[in-house]
Amino acid sequence: MKLSALHQSYLSRRSNSFRSSGPLDSSSDTGYKSPAAVFWLILHGLCCLISLVLGFRFSRLVFFFLFSTSSSNLYTPPFRSAVELAKTLDVQSVLSSSPFANNLRLPLPNKTATNSRVVVGRHGIRIRPWPHPDPVEVIKAHQILERVQKEQRLQFGVKDPRAIIAVTPTYVRTFQALHLTGVMHSLMVVPYDLIWIVVEAGGVSNETASLIAKSGLKTIHLGFNQRMPNSWDERHKLESKMRLHALRIVREKKLDGIVMFADDSNMHSMELFDEIQNVKWFGAVSVGILATSANIDKSSDQEEEENPIMPIQGPACNASSMLAGWHTFNTLPFAGKSAVNIDDRLTVLPRKLEWSGFVLNSRLLWKSGEDKPEWIKDIDKLDGDVESPLGLITEPLMVEPLGSCGRQVLLWWLRVEARADSKFPPRWIIDPPLDVTIPSKRTPWPDAPPELPTKEKPETGIQESIVKHTTKTRTSRSKHRSKRKHETRTDTGFDKSF
Amino acid sequence: MPTKMREWSWGFLFIAYAIASSIAAERNPWTERISGSAGDVLEDDPVGKLKVYVYELPSKYNKKILQKDPRCLSHMFAAEIYMHRFLLASPVRTLNPEEADWFYTPTYATCDLTPTGLPLPFKSPRMVRSAVQLISSSWPYWNRTEGADHFFVVPHDFGPCFHYQEEKAIERGILPILQRATLVQTFGQRNHVCLNEGSITIPPYAPPQKMQARKIPLDTPRSIFVYFRGLFYDVNNDPEGGYYARGARAAVWENFKNNPLFDISTEHPTTYYEDMQRAVFSDDIVLPFADAIPWEEIGVFVAEEDVPKLDTILTSIPPEVILRKQRLLANPSMKRAMLFPQPALPGDAFHQILNGLARKLPHQKSIYLKPGEKILNWTAGPVGDLKPW
Repeated sequence: MKLSALHQSYLSRRSNSFRSSGPLDSSSDTGYKSPAAVFWLILHGLCCLISLVLGFRFSRLVFFFLFSTSSSNLYTPPFRSAVELAKTLDVQSVLSSSPFANNLRLPLPNKTATNSRVVVGRHGIRIRPWPHPDPVEVIKAHQILERVQKEQRLQFGVKDPRAIIAVTPTYVRTFQALHLTGVMHSLMVVPYDLIWIVVEAGGVSNETASLIAKSGLKTIHLGFNQRMPNSWDERHKLESKMRLHALRIVREKKLDGIVMFADDSNMHSMELFDEIQNVKWFGAVSVGILATSANIDKSSDQEEEENPIMPIQGPACNASSMLAGWHTFNTLPFAGKSAVNIDDRLTVLPRKLEWSGFVLNSRLLWKSGEDKPEWIKDIDKLDGDVESPLGLITEPLMVEPLGSCGRQVLLWWLRVEARADSKFPPRWIIDPPLDVTIPSKRTPWPDAPPELPTKEKPETGIQESIVKHTTKTRTSRSKHRSKRKHETRTDTGFDKSF
Repeated sequence: MPTKMREWSWGFLFIAYAIASSIAAERNPWTERISGSAGDVLEDDPVGKLKVYVYELPSKYNKKILQKDPRCLSHMFAAEIYMHRFLLASPVRTLNPEEADWFYTPTYATCDLTPTGLPLPFKSPRMVRSAVQLISSSWPYWNRTEGADHFFVVPHDFGPCFHYQEEKAIERGILPILQRATLVQTFGQRNHVCLNEGSITIPPYAPPQKMQARKIPLDTPRSIFVYFRGLFYDVNNDPEGGYYARGARAAVWENFKNNPLFDISTEHPTTYYEDMQRAVFSDDIVLPFADAIPWEEIGVFVAEEDVPKLDTILTSIPPEVILRKQRLLANPSMKRAMLFPQPALPGDAFHQILNGLARKLPHQKSIYLKPGEKILNWTAGPVGDLKPW
C-alpha cells in the first residue's frame, strides 16, 4: 500500500517538482536548463525510483551519512548555500502520500524575519543517543512528586491529623507471612503517625517478630497465652479476646490516637485512613465481604445469571444521613454449607458485625475521662465474649457513620487459610539452599504458565486463557506494535525514514 | 485540511502536580497574585473603559455560514463566533458609532470546514476583503483611519496570513487591508510576519463543559510527573515529522516514550489536571495575554534544541520554584482568563480581550488620515484574493 501511495505521489509530484526546481535554477540561469539542472533532475529521478523500490526515503539515510557531523545531532542546520538547497530539494522531494497537501518545501530565508531564531521548513527530529530514563533523575522526580503531594495534603488533607493505632491479632501459620505482609505494606504507606499493636496467639514468636521488624513502624508486640483453635467460631472468639487485651494496653499506656482494627487478612484502602481521621468518638465504616465459596459449581444457578453483588457490612443511614441501623451479612444462603474448621473447603462466613468495621478514639478507653461520653463501658469490667465493638458501648445509635454514611467501601474482609497441618519453612527462608533443581517433564499443575515469557504464542488450549490473563501487558504491547508499526523501527536509532 | 501549525498552542506539556486552590469562594492564602508587565490587570473590568461598535453585516458573512455548518461552534477556532455573540450582548457595545472607540467586523472567516472538521483558509481572504469593502463603502469610519481603530478576530493558524502552511503563510503575509487594524489572534510568534506589533494573542477555544467534565479532583494525589495529550505526528500532511510543530513534538515522543515518568500516550482520553505546571517549548513564542500574565514565572520554557534533555531540565528545578509556580497557577483569575464561558463571566477571555483593547486607548492622533490621504494598497496581494466573494 505504501508503495502505491509513493508511486501516486511521485506521479502527481512530478510536475510540481519540475516547477519547484525552476525558481531555484533561476538564480543561476533563467529559461534553459543548464547541465547542472539536468544533472540534478536525473539525480532526483534516480532517487525517486530507488525510494519507490525500497519503500522508504533512503535519501534521508544518504543525507544523514553524508552530512551529519555527530551521531547524536540529527538536526539539519538551516539551509543557507544554494548548493545545499538544491541538493536537499531534489533529493528529498519524495513526499507524503496525502493527495491534498502541497507539501513542497521552499525555503525562503529572505522572507523570514531577521532576528528570529526560528527557521521555516523541515526540522530534524532530535533524539538523544540513549532515550531511556536516567535512574538518578527518576529518583529526583519522585522526590519532587513527594514534596508536592505533601503540599497537597497540607492544603486538602486533614487538618491536625491524629495518630493511628492499628490492632492486629495474628498467629503463626502458613499464610501468616502473606497476610501480615499485606497489612504491613498498607500501614507503611499511611501518611500519619502510626502505632501497630500486634497480638499473637500462642505467645511472642521470632517468626512474627522478624516479620514486623521489617516494617520500620512503631510496633508493640504482645503475646497471648492461648493457642489458636481450629474451628472458626472459636477462632473468632479468641480474636475478640486478643483485641480486648490490646485495648487494655492502649488504656494502660494512655496511647492517644484513633484505634482501628487491621485484621491480618483484610485489605485496606488508603482512603480509609484519611476517612477515619474524621471520627469524633466512635465510628463505623462499610466493609466489603469477600466470602468466597470454594465450590462455585455447586452454587445455585441464579447466582451465575445475575452479577453477584458484594455483600457489605456497615452502617445504614436514613434520609437525613443519621444512623438508622446496620447492614449485616446474610448467612441464610450459606446455612449448613459454611466452613466450620479451618481445614474445610467451604465458605468462611464473617460474624454479624466485624471488628474491622469500627474505629474508636483511644481516649474512650482511658480511665480518666476528660470529656468522655457516658455510653462507653469500662473495659476492665468486661470479661465475657464481646462479639463486636458494639458490645463496648451502651447506646449503639451514638456511632458515627463514616465514608459518606457508609456508601464508600473502604476495606475488604476475607478469610483464606491453608490447612492446619500444612508445613512451611521457618521464616520462609530456605536454608540451606536446595541443591539441585531438575525441571519436571510433566508438571503436576495443569494451570502452569508457559515457560519463556518472550514466546507469545500460547502452547495449548488450556494455557491460552492463562496467557491472556497473566500476560495482559504483553498483548497490549503487541497491539501497540501493530498499530504503530513505524514507531518500533526507531529502535534502530535512525531518524524516521519512510 | 488538517492544520499544522499548532505548536504554539498545543506545545504545552502538562506536568501534573497537585496543589490547587480550594473551589470555595473565599480567597485561598495558597495562591499568589498575578501581575504581568501591564500590571495586575487580570481582574480589570472593561465596562466604562471603551465602547465598541459592531457593524451590521449581511448574514452571509456570519449567520448563514454558521447555519451551513454548526460544527464551527465547537472547534478550536470558535472564538470568533463567541466573541461576536459576547459583543452583541455586552455593555461595552454602543449603537452610536460616533462615540465608539473600536469597531468590530463580524465575519466568520474560519468556518469553512472539511468533512473531518478542519478549517480551510482558502476563501477567507476574499471574504474579509469583501467585508471590508462593504464597511468602507457603507460607513465612513473605515476610511477615516483605514482600519486603525478597527479590530478583527482571526483565530486561524497563522492568524491574518490565512494559510495553514508556514511557508505559504509567510509568502502571503498579513492581508494587506488588515495591516493597520488590530488583530486578535491565537497565533503568536515573535519576529514573525504574521504577528503584528500590538496584536492581542488569545488562547484557542475549548468547550468549558468538556474541561469541567474531565477534571481530576483536587485532593487526588498527583502521581504523574509529565503529562501530555495531543498529536505528535501529523500523519496526513507530514508523517515523518519535522514540519509539524517543527519536530518538537516528535522529539518528545521519540525521546520519552519509554520513560515511565512521562504520561504521553495519544490513546487515552484527555483528563484535565487543573493545576498543572506548564512547560512550553517553542522558540520565540508569544503566549496568550502576554502583557497581563507573566508566563515566564508561571511556566517552564524549554528551547527546542533542549527537548531531548527535557527530563534533566524538569528534575533540576528546585521544589520551591515549582511550588511557587503552582501557587501562581492556582490563582483563579488565571484560570478564568483562559476560558470562553457562555454566558460570559467576569475575568474570562472575552473580558481580557476587551481589557487589551482598552489598554491601547486613547488612539493616537496620527491614525486619523487627512482627507484624500491613502495608505493601504487595495490591489496588493495574490491575484486570487481580489476576486469578489
